[in-house]
Amino acid sequence: MLQLIARRLGHTALTLLAMSLAVFIGTNLLPGDVADALLGQAATPEATAALRTALHLNESAPLRYLHWLAGLMTGDFGQSLASHISVAQLIGSRLGNSLLLAGLTAALSIPVSLALGITAAVWRGTLFDRITAIGTIAAVSVPDFLVATVAVILFAVELQWFPALSTPRIASIPELFSSFTLPVLTLSLAVVAQMSRMTRAALVGILDSSYVEMARLKGLRPGRIVLRHALPNAAGPIANAAALSLSSLLGGVIIVEVVFNYPGLAKLMVDAVSTRDMPLIQACAMLFCLGYMVLVLLADICSIATNPRLRPA
Amino acid sequence: MSDTALRPARFRYGAVLPGWIGLAVVVFWLAVALLAPIIAPHPAGAILRVGTLAPASAAAPFGTDFLGRDMLSRVIYGARYTVGLSLLAAICASAIGSVLGILAAVRGGWTDGVLSRTSDALISLPHLMFALVIVAALGSSLPVLVGLVAFSYIPGAFRIARSLAANVNAMDFIQVARARGEGTPYIVLHEILPNILLPVLTDFGLRFVFSVLLLSGLSFLGLGVQPPNADLGALVRENIEGIYDAAPAVIVPAIAIATLTIAVNLAIDGLLGRSRLTD
Repeated sequence: MLQLIARRLGHTALTLLAMSLAVFIGTNLLPGDVADALLGQAATPEATAALRTALHLNESAPLRYLHWLAGLMTGDFGQSLASHISVAQLIGSRLGNSLLLAGLTAALSIPVSLALGITAAVWRGTLFDRITAIGTIAAVSVPDFLVATVAVILFAVELQWFPALSTPRIASIPELFSSFTLPVLTLSLAVVAQMSRMTRAALVGILDSSYVEMARLKGLRPGRIVLRHALPNAAGPIANAAALSLSSLLGGVIIVEVVFNYPGLAKLMVDAVSTRDMPLIQACAMLFCLGYMVLVLLADICSIATNPRLRPA
Repeated sequence: MSDTALRPARFRYGAVLPGWIGLAVVVFWLAVALLAPIIAPHPAGAILRVGTLAPASAAAPFGTDFLGRDMLSRVIYGARYTVGLSLLAAICASAIGSVLGILAAVRGGWTDGVLSRTSDALISLPHLMFALVIVAALGSSLPVLVGLVAFSYIPGAFRIARSLAANVNAMDFIQVARARGEGTPYIVLHEILPNILLPVLTDFGLRFVFSVLLLSGLSFLGLGVQPPNADLGALVRENIEGIYDAAPAVIVPAIAIATLTIAVNLAIDGLLGRSRLTD
């Protein structure tokens, strides 16, 4: 089992390396000169030449990639082209906000979607199942920004229950509610829709298997069959479903942070794209990839750990 | 997906009606996109004398936008961009992905190995983030947008087509065809393709929905279709200040996208036999 987990870790590291290569190639597609961009008006030939050496721009692309990679490993992400502050500093001030938003969303959406998915699987074919199926399809196919704008119009403009802009204030419980309710609910809608569908699909297959029928024929109570017999076997697929849906949170976070003007990492990246601030974009992209890979890794470990066949005897 | 692939589509009467409604709405949007210059009451750039971000009126049934342009005409022209670009991207993604997928399944060996490993690596790139990186590097022109949306969904289309084709490729009638001395092109075109066409079409519909969502998401962030042109996502963005007056200019284009994507999903569910609602 430990060996399997170690192999998964190696796999994750390799994928991250491939992603870093993709991000580096993507951001170096155009032969623009970073030194010129950094100096702007002050670009004398001498100053540009000096900066080019300092930034290793005279080196070949593979060498620059290695320098950049080495910088990433040691936490040196370079300097932002737009604000001339170090990228690490910019990210440091935003990362916590984004993690807070993602954490609150996960805390709300995981239990809700598990409950929805499990009940829909158990009461398969009933009206409840059909309504959740149609509801989740609709929620998955609606663009994130529609949900966000409708939420703002309804709850911030018409009813005035919550502010339309969100600031990460967590000093007291009422403050927490007022600033996070709308963004977290918006994000959760898509996540819950996807995760509950996957949970249902994972559980339905197991509820159909012969050992569950056996348990039913023995006269066990339905609650016990689901919780003690079916769920442990579905834990792996469900963990995978959770990781996949939470990673779709990534797209949602970008939209939601922009709509609610929330000072998070995704807003930082979108702003960086409009100013073409490459070092900042590279660092943000790598952080998002890292977050995604960590989620997938956690799900893998969870499914390995809950698989009785892999437990040491 | 793969085990339902070989069964013919079943028409469940209860599920067919929403499918037809979905299909009708999809056809409606295709017609709007095709006939935009004919059915739009005003040219896309014309400014009406009703004021900016006006509510619905007889002159402008969907109100006006932030510059006082007729929203109905803007949405009709916007649908042209959204439907056209997404359709192009989805066709590219499905065609390239399916060709490579069938190739990988039929050839096997290192062709399969290289293609499958590459798609495994690419499929885990988060799409919107990847799109942001590319737009930052290349700017956002229409060819770049179509290319990056298509590229995002090739790995998914590849994976589906490969598993479908691999299933069919293991069937006896393929062995018979090979024993008859048929070449690979004949086997692909006459034996494999007809058997996987329906699920590949289903997958194409889903790719189209994903393309619409990704494209309008990008445009909503201001990084997709650039002014003075606007797709439906860009329309929501440019009128976003109207959100505080609940102006129709913000809501109408967003709802237009939702009707399109939900309709495609309904059509796929009801007519192409993907069992989503019932198992």
